[in-house]
Amino acid sequence: MRYAMAIDTRKCVGCSDCVVACQIENKVPEGFCRDWVVEATSGTYPKLELEIRSERCNQCGNAPCVRCCPTGSSFYADGGIVLVDPDKCIGCGACIASCPYDARYVHPEGFVDKCTFCIQRVRKGQRPACVEVCPTNCMYFGDLDDPNSEVSIKLKERKHKTLIPEAGTDPHLYFLI
Amino acid sequence: MKEELIISGRMNPRIDPELAIWHWEIPFYLFVGGLAAGILFFASFYYLRGKANEMPNTVKWAPLLAPILLIAGLGALFLDLNHKLYFWQLYTTIKLQSPMSWGAWTLLVITPLSLLWCFSYLSELFPKWNWKQKTLSRFETYLVGKRKILAWIMVFFSVILGIYTGILLSAFNARPLWNTSILGPLFLTSGLSAGAAFILLISKNNFEKQLFRKIDLIIIGVELFFIIHMFMGFLASTQVQIDAAKLFLGGDYTLPFWIFVVFLGMIVPALLEYLEMKGQKIPSYIPAILVIFGSLMLRFIIVNAGQVSRYLY
Ligand code: SF4
Ligand code: SF4
Repeated sequence: MRYAMAIDTRKCVGCSDCVVACQIENKVPEGFCRDWVVEATSGTYPKLELEIRSERCNQCGNAPCVRCCPTGSSFYADGGIVLVDPDKCIGCGACIASCPYDARYVHPEGFVDKCTFCIQRVRKGQRPACVEVCPTNCMYFGDLDDPNSEVSIKLKERKHKTLIPEAGTDPHLYFLI
Repeated sequence: MKEELIISGRMNPRIDPELAIWHWEIPFYLFVGGLAAGILFFASFYYLRGKANEMPNTVKWAPLLAPILLIAGLGALFLDLNHKLYFWQLYTTIKLQSPMSWGAWTLLVITPLSLLWCFSYLSELFPKWNWKQKTLSRFETYLVGKRKILAWIMVFFSVILGIYTGILLSAFNARPLWNTSILGPLFLTSGLSAGAAFILLISKNNFEKQLFRKIDLIIIGVELFFIIHMFMGFLASTQVQIDAAKLFLGGDYTLPFWIFVVFLGMIVPALLEYLEMKGQKIPSYIPAILVIFGSLMLRFIIVNAGQVSRYLY
C-alpha cells in the first residue's frame, strides 16, 4: 500500500477551503496551518501563466525528516504516511530544518506537527478532509499500488509533476499540469 | 519572471517568512563543541607523544575548560528543545543516519571523559588540593594510571566531536548552503584552530607558544583553502547552491562573513602570529582572541544564513 495525492492545478481556484477543512478536522492550533495554497506566476506581461497549487507535506518516500530525527519520533506509518509521535519528539527542530518544503512546524505544546494525510480518516476508509471538501473536486487520493484507485487513474491519464524532485525526497504529492 | 506566493496566508511561527527554527543556542553549542574538541584533541595528542611535562598548558591546564564548555553546550542544546521534558528520548535510540543522534551520544561519552581527565590532574595542578575522602583520592591514583587509555579514547572522540559539529548541518540537504560535505572538515579545522588559540592564550611557556603559533598558521591556511573550495563548489553546482553562495558574494551576509570570519578571524591573526614568530613584539592574546571570535562568528553566520537559503519560493 502506498498512499498518494494528486492535485489538479488546472481546476484549483485557490479558495483555501482545503486549508480551513484541515484546521477544523485536525484541530490545528490557531495561527498555524498544515496545508497552504501557492500562486505561481511565470512569464512576462502580457503573456503570463498562472498555476495554483494546494501544498502540504509530500509524505516523502525518502524523507529527510525521518532520516534526521534523532529519536525515531518521525517515522513511516502504514501506506508510507510520515507521522510524528508526540511522546517521543523532543522538539529539537532537526526535522524542520531538513524538510525542503517547510511542511512542519512546532506545535504550541512543544512537539512537531504536520499533515498526516488525515490518517485517522483514511484508516476508516474515508478520504482526507481537504480532498473531501474541495468545491472543484480537484484533489484525488488513494493507493498507488492499486491501479484502479482514483489517484492511479489520474496519474495515468494526465501529465504531472512533483515539487523539488532534485532534493531526492521521492515526494508523493503529485500536481496534474 | 517567476514569482511564487502563498495566497492562503501561511504564517507558521519560526517557519515563515523565513526559517528561524534555531536561534543562538545551536551556533553556540556548535562553537563550544568545536572549541572543546580542539582543546581535548591537542591535550590527548601531545600526551600520547610523551610531551605532558614539556607542554603542561596543553595537556594539563587547557582541558580544565573542556568539561565546562561541554556542559554549557549541552545546556544550550537543552534550551533549544521545544519539548524539554522528553529530553531523555534522545538516549533511547542510536540512529546513525541522524547526526543529532550520534552527536548526542558522542557528548555523553566525551563529557565524562574530559571530567575524568581533569580529575586525574587535580592534585598535580593544585598541590594544596585535599580529597577529604579516601575513596576519591584512591580513584584519582587509579585514573593517573589509566591516562594512556583515556588519551586514546579522547583523541578519537574529540575528532568525532569536531567533525560532528559541521556534519550536523551538512546532513540537511533542504538548505542548500549547508548541503556541502566540506562543512565537516571546515568546522573541525575551525575548532582545532580555536583550541590552539586558547592554549596560546593561557600559555606562559615559550616552546608551547611558538609551536601553537605554527600549528595555528597551518590550520588557518587549511581553513582558508576549505572556504575557497566551498564557494567554488557552490558556484559550479545547481541554481539553489549558486544562490546560497551569493548570500556571501554580494548578499546580506557578505560583510559579516568576509570581515568578521575571514579578515578578523583568520587573516589578521595569521599575520600577527607570523610577525610574532619572526620576533616582533605583539601581545599574543590579540591573535588568540581574534581566532576564537572568528570561530564563534563562523558558526553564527553559517547557521543563520543556512536557514535563509532554500529551494522554494
Ligand atoms: S514533505 Fe517534509 S515533512 Fe513531509 S515527509 Fe517530506 S521531508 Fe518530511
Ligand atoms: S523535533 Fe521531534 S520529530 Fe523533529 S527531529 Fe526532533 S525529535 Fe524528531
